[in-house]
Amino acid sequence: MGLRKFVDKIKPTFSEGGKLGFLHSTFEGFETFLYVPNTVTKRGAHVRDCNDIKRVMIVVVLALVPAMLFGMYNVGYQAGIEGILPAFWFGFLEALPNIIVSYVTGLTIEFAFAQKRKHEINEGFLVTGLLIPLVMPIGVPCWIVALSTAFAVIIGKEVFGGTGMNVFNPALLARAFAFFAYTPQMSGEAVWYADGTTGATALEQLATTNQMQWSAWDAFWGFIPGSLGETSTVAILLGAALLLFTGVASWRIMLSVFLGGLAFGYLFDAVGMTEYPAYYHLLVGGFAFGAVFMATDPVTSAQTNCGKWIYGFMVGAFAVLIRVVNPAYPEGMMLSILFMNALAPLIDYFVVERNIARRKKLIKNVK
Amino acid sequence: MKLSKNFTNPLAANNPVIVQILGICSSLAVTVKLEPALVMGLSVTFVTAFSNLVMSLLRNGVPSRIRIIVQLVVIATLVIVVDQFLRAYMYDVSKQLSVYVGLIITNCIVMGRVEAFALGNKPWDSFVDGLANGFGYAFILVLIAFFRELFGSGELFGFEILGDWYTPNSLMLFPPMALIIIGCIIWVHRSINKDLQEK
Repeated sequence: MGLRKFVDKIKPTFSEGGKLGFLHSTFEGFETFLYVPNTVTKRGAHVRDCNDIKRVMIVVVLALVPAMLFGMYNVGYQAGIEGILPAFWFGFLEALPNIIVSYVTGLTIEFAFAQKRKHEINEGFLVTGLLIPLVMPIGVPCWIVALSTAFAVIIGKEVFGGTGMNVFNPALLARAFAFFAYTPQMSGEAVWYADGTTGATALEQLATTNQMQWSAWDAFWGFIPGSLGETSTVAILLGAALLLFTGVASWRIMLSVFLGGLAFGYLFDAVGMTEYPAYYHLLVGGFAFGAVFMATDPVTSAQTNCGKWIYGFMVGAFAVLIRVVNPAYPEGMMLSILFMNALAPLIDYFVVERNIARRKKLIKNVK
Repeated sequence: MKLSKNFTNPLAANNPVIVQILGICSSLAVTVKLEPALVMGLSVTFVTAFSNLVMSLLRNGVPSRIRIIVQLVVIATLVIVVDQFLRAYMYDVSKQLSVYVGLIITNCIVMGRVEAFALGNKPWDSFVDGLANGFGYAFILVLIAFFRELFGSGELFGFEILGDWYTPNSLMLFPPMALIIIGCIIWVHRSINKDLQEK
């Protein structure tokens, strides 16, 4: 426990009134990173548990690892590189700058705000910082990643009061910013995936020609072009299993997102607006990734159990609706989750109100 | 209230856009480029100043039951004067502003100042108040348009400022970004004027 002793020894220096007291938040961030703190969360807590938010976030990061590793391999595979390791190494080198840029930019801003506002370092960025490069297309310039991250952290999170207070999912906000601000660089021709050449992704092909050149199995295993983390449904389901096993994410939301997507997929199939099987929607694009990692964000999703069903179902339904009805935005998942983020408090409000009304009626009947 | 205070107050401490949150709609719509924003700001200044002046002159002769109708007639007349003037002398800008010139009549700042100030004050004071509120509005419009045109198209007043190396941020051309810029201006403004912060 040499490290513990060392941390305890230098603690007074960084405490209030100490020589380096202005670095209090930074010190605390590192201390709780090394050791589970023996204090309880004062506000913004969502889960009553012996783990602090940092450990919860680490579980989510671990759950993201399969999708990230497969994504890196897939980048090399799409570029036509033979062999598993060379392909992985190629993708790793492509993805690494984005991951570093996202973490450095985001954490710099987080630390600066924590120091200025004298609150704790927000742990949420451990996850957000990894999510951002995972939802960006490969080949997007680093400065776009940096700018989007800065936008998401400042406008999406800090102005609302930091982690736990944000209305929108920060990682999706970063992607939405990049998508709307730098549309040509983010989609279509500019994003390369094979041999440095460009082409339409599975989603774009489905939107324009009603079919894709890959089979459903390819899409399920993840051998299709797309953003780094979103291609392989299998790897995402592995992460989902970990999240559900540890109880970090809500199974209600995950299940209902898939149900909503399927329901609307079959609906559009039945009325003849799409000519491909409804389950394609769940396999291509960011649907599975969004359902497992984005929609289940405990801060921005609905909080009540009944609300979670409604919220999840509408996320899935809207995603498919946007994909099919509006060809200008082939990826509806991002917009649908952001939209439902805004509506989540409203859903909760009505669920709670209805519950109150129901119980009032119960009392009346008993009398 | 002293005349100088009367003039400077709406420019910063009681700015119609960033403190009273009025006239947001047009400040989102016309601020893609600096030129229309500036013209719009000056048009609104003209309307607020003279509607304040006219209503202040009429304030003792108008029964309060029908004052809103009288105000509307005065404001609508002034707006039409502005609209015709822009069509005659600045046709391109008038085309860019399209319906928003006509919609000055619905701008809350104009009627708000007439109701809140002109009906209870002398003509000269009212005129200065209208002028200052118009300038306060125009200043915010120009500030928003400055950021939107500079980062959205790399230009200022149509002249290229940022060179080829700059990739235009097309989100700046969408109205949501104008709202975010207003938010940021309010953020800066309130961190300077701490008495405006809500508890």
